[in-house]
Amino acid sequence: MSRRPWYREYLKGLWEENPIFRMLLGMCPTLAVTTSAVNGLSMGLATTFVLTSTSLVVSIIRKLVPSQVRIATFTMIIATFVTVADLFLKAKFPAISKALGPYVPLIVVNCFILGRQEVFASKNPTGRSILDALGVGSGFIFALTLLGSIRELLGSGEVFGHEVIPSWHPWVVMILPAGAFLTLGFLVAAMNIIEERTR
Amino acid sequence: MEGRLVVAVSPHIRAEMDTRRVMMGVIVSLVPGIAVGVWFFRWHALALLASCLAETLSAEALACILRRKPSTLGDLSAAVTGVLLAMVLPPTLPFWAAFLGGVVAVTVGKQVFGGLGQNIFNPALVGRAFLMAAFPVLMTRWVAPGPKVVTAATPLALMKFDHRATPLLDLLVGKVGGCMGETSALALLIGGLFLVLKGYADWRIPLSYLGTVAMLGSIPWAFRPDLYPSPMFHLLAGGLMLGAWFMATDPVTTPVTKVGRYMFGIGAGVLVVIIRLWGGLPEGVMYSILLMNAVTPLIDRYTVPVPFGGKR
Repeated sequence: MSRRPWYREYLKGLWEENPIFRMLLGMCPTLAVTTSAVNGLSMGLATTFVLTSTSLVVSIIRKLVPSQVRIATFTMIIATFVTVADLFLKAKFPAISKALGPYVPLIVVNCFILGRQEVFASKNPTGRSILDALGVGSGFIFALTLLGSIRELLGSGEVFGHEVIPSWHPWVVMILPAGAFLTLGFLVAAMNIIEERTR
Repeated sequence: MEGRLVVAVSPHIRAEMDTRRVMMGVIVSLVPGIAVGVWFFRWHALALLASCLAETLSAEALACILRRKPSTLGDLSAAVTGVLLAMVLPPTLPFWAAFLGGVVAVTVGKQVFGGLGQNIFNPALVGRAFLMAAFPVLMTRWVAPGPKVVTAATPLALMKFDHRATPLLDLLVGKVGGCMGETSALALLIGGLFLVLKGYADWRIPLSYLGTVAMLGSIPWAFRPDLYPSPMFHLLAGGLMLGAWFMATDPVTTPVTKVGRYMFGIGAGVLVVIIRLWGGLPEGVMYSILLMNAVTPLIDRYTVPVPFGGKR
């Protein structure tokens, strides 16, 4: 059980345990859907919803699950909430659901969701587990929105669909997968420099 | 005594040949190609050359400051990257795009790996590949040589899409559309031979590269000369001369062993012919060299020579 003050459980997910910039987990949705800021933000929100709900359920039933079948149990719970998120997006935001494509159902194999269950929710009380999930989720939203904004800005001169730089000559490569790898590489490098200088 | 006593790891070789000298040799051997390019494209070519050079040099200086390393401007490698980049870009490319290409070439192509000697890919080609992916329209807008700006297709594009062959003499002299480094095969050949004869580049790569292209290119031509270009056309058109003599011989990104260098040349040659004849693009020299750069560590690993009396 963790002995940190309760607010640290939330804050650590934003920076020191940021799933993208510090742990480099969940790269598949990160690289694939961040062609625009809106896509990044909605992917982050959907993932955070699944992560928080799963952490809630897992931390409640953590003493009932035999350790031999815990992975299968966690995966079932994750799959349930992914289905909820998928159907919700399809019903209420069909445009976003279409833009994200197969990556919404693929949240089920997002490794840091299962990771948080293994290292945190299955060992800690409910309140702390929810804070931890929200923190990591917020870190994910931050990373994906930042990545999506940069790629959208360079790829079309817009952020969230609003023109930022007038008559920008679009860099097509930023919308392509290569642009995702380049942007992520530079962002991780920048985060490492900040980490080094502030330590 | 302080400062005069130098302790260094062996080998303690004193040789005339250092990075700066080799790079200077490359620049000198590029002069004929540049001269012909400037003659054909006038101030477009000069402006492009100036903006590429300015940008690669300043990006190199900035990267050294950011990495807190002594400046590596003196080894002239950034200057070579700038000149080579200018030679593989369309002469009418807006200067801001050339600027961006220079930044990408030096930072992404070289400095992020740890500077000269550590880079996996040829920096100038990384810059071009980035521009090609970022601005496909600007990067395929070619002009005919001459003082006036007239849009023209490159000989390879004419061949591929219209099956129209450009006279070989025009290709040799360079009176064709394309980028500076694509125009005059003869000027580049002179520079390339100088580079090889002076020992700045290994002859094995250009020989096996050009030889493979000529041999493989002649097979389809022997059966359907109306549809496929002749091996001479393959050799003289496009960026093959520049690529084979100046880019495929980059000592950093190509194999160290002799056998490996033959393998590099043959592999790149096969890729060029495949891309030119059956690929979606008219020219494949850039991707062939970049792809072979990527497998260079693998080639080096499997061609380690056996020492005398040793066992593999």
